[in-house]
Amino acid sequence: MTLIADAPITTMSSGATVELIDVVKDYSGHRALTGVNLSIKPGEFVALLGPSGCGKTTALRALAGLEQVNGGSILIDGRDVVNVPVNKRDIGMVFQSYSLFPHMTARENVEFGLRMRKVDPAERRRRAEETLELVGLSALSGRYSHQLSGGQQQRVALARALVTRPRVLLLDEPLSALDAKVRVQLRDEIRRIQTDLGITTLFVTHDQEEALAVADRVAVMRDGHVEQIGTPEELYTAPISAFVANFVGLSNQIPAEVSGGVVTVHGQTLDLINRPHLDGPVIAFVRPEDIVIDAQGMTSTVLTSSFLGSLRRTQLRLDDGSVISVQHDVADQLQPGDTVRVRLKGRPVLVGPR
Amino acid sequence: MSALRFGAEPGRVTRWVILGSVGIVFMVPIVAMLEFTLRVGQPAKGVQTYGFAHYLALFSPLNESTYDVLFQGIVNSLTICVITVAIVLVLLLPTMILVELKFPHLRRVLEFVCIIPITIPSIVLVVGFVPVYSIVARIFGSSPWTLAFAVGVIVLPYAYRPIAANLASVDVVILSEASRSLGAGWLSVLGRVILPNLRRGIFASCFITIAVVLGEYTIASFLSRNTFQTALVLLQHTDPYVAVIFAVVALVFAFFLLLLIGRLGSTRRDRTSS
Repeated sequence: MTLIADAPITTMSSGATVELIDVVKDYSGHRALTGVNLSIKPGEFVALLGPSGCGKTTALRALAGLEQVNGGSILIDGRDVVNVPVNKRDIGMVFQSYSLFPHMTARENVEFGLRMRKVDPAERRRRAEETLELVGLSALSGRYSHQLSGGQQQRVALARALVTRPRVLLLDEPLSALDAKVRVQLRDEIRRIQTDLGITTLFVTHDQEEALAVADRVAVMRDGHVEQIGTPEELYTAPISAFVANFVGLSNQIPAEVSGGVVTVHGQTLDLINRPHLDGPVIAFVRPEDIVIDAQGMTSTVLTSSFLGSLRRTQLRLDDGSVISVQHDVADQLQPGDTVRVRLKGRPVLVGPR
Repeated sequence: MSALRFGAEPGRVTRWVILGSVGIVFMVPIVAMLEFTLRVGQPAKGVQTYGFAHYLALFSPLNESTYDVLFQGIVNSLTICVITVAIVLVLLLPTMILVELKFPHLRRVLEFVCIIPITIPSIVLVVGFVPVYSIVARIFGSSPWTLAFAVGVIVLPYAYRPIAANLASVDVVILSEASRSLGAGWLSVLGRVILPNLRRGIFASCFITIAVVLGEYTIASFLSRNTFQTALVLLQHTDPYVAVIFAVVALVFAFFLLLLIGRLGSTRRDRTSS
């Protein structure tokens, strides 16, 4: 038995490197993955983020071995596993739907992977209980899946995936079936456990807030390929395309003019994140928090204002008829019909073709 | 105050009335059959005497040759039951699981094929089976157990439905993917995950198959095989009492099988709702 397999679950050594190189997957005439390239460092937590149908789950399933790819390489610790069956890849996976075995108790579910590895019963039981404790469910180890809530079931599923000490942990939208509060709790718990164990993790989600909150890096997918990968801050502050700017966070799309390496938005000159090939009319992507209420700014009329707890988001109609969103202090209580002046903060912006 | 309930389940009284009516419909012929088997001799002065003479006669060595055809028929029917259940378990069940896991687009086709026998009258099926059985007889001989091939086709709709219902209630694809990701080979997936979760459907399917096989007459008769049902028909010409005794036994047996199927279903529901 290897050192990793003998180590207690709470002191697992760091995970494996994962590389997807030009991975292609076709489904009867439809190309779901058009050449996915992704590299994950040992112990890193990467989120695959994208809209429905962008191929993120297909990419995860290809890495798991649940989908045969039509081209490209999938390397785990430098070894190509494209032709390795799923049960030999040494991965742990948590599914979107509660995938616990209904005829087994929580502990039996967790023991399943160890049973498949022919671990002796006493050791199996010890490790199952240890892992259930890790996810805070040791008191419910004798319950069947139908006696557990959705959040508890996903915790058991997480324990089941972790107990074999896999080289890679794959999470396929594990929180999407849970209610909002449980989702945030379990999200933070997954991150805590992943950090403690140092296991390489790929997390699929369509929820940008979830991805930004838990991941070391986020890969935004679009039409079967990775559009941009970076830290949450990089994606938010320096998106490389209009798609990423729109998908990650909110962006106002404001008509602007590029000239001489700068962009002019409603009379204000700003630096560019990206440089278009030609000068001329463009669309500038401006975050709501990059617009401030200022007596020296341009005139606008309040359309709606929403209280979001720590801040307020207000929709304004500018004099030229365009509608923008601004984020501001909750103390600024604006009513529909109020006239307010706003200006851009002056941060560099992304521009795209108009 | 009694509340009007629309679209709700029937009240206690209604349920008992329905249960009672259905019970009477079932019980009257069974009680009449029992009464008939207990009759001893002809009524004397309008008074019928009762006893167990016909039951005891079954075990008399003197009647051994008379009832031999019946006992042989029972043995043949039980053999056919075993082989037919084996056909369901070895052929139908793996096919259904395979279609569910790997070829879900073929689910409708499989359902259509399995339902077909119920839409074709037995007599029409027999016309098709006769030439087939001339070949079967050449390969396997004309032993009664060969009837299991034909009965295996007849029971398809009844065997298919409970397994299909169970498959629909369990996401075998996700369960098999989860177990595969945990290191299980296909045999472990089947034996440790899928089959335990289909146990209810499999049992129901087997019990219904047994009930259908024990009640099958047309094909056995036309293919000239001695089974329980054909033996009963034969025997009733010479000893109607014994024929009715066994008919009652068969009915009670089928009744218990159905009770068992219902019990399997309710056991599952109880566990789920706890």
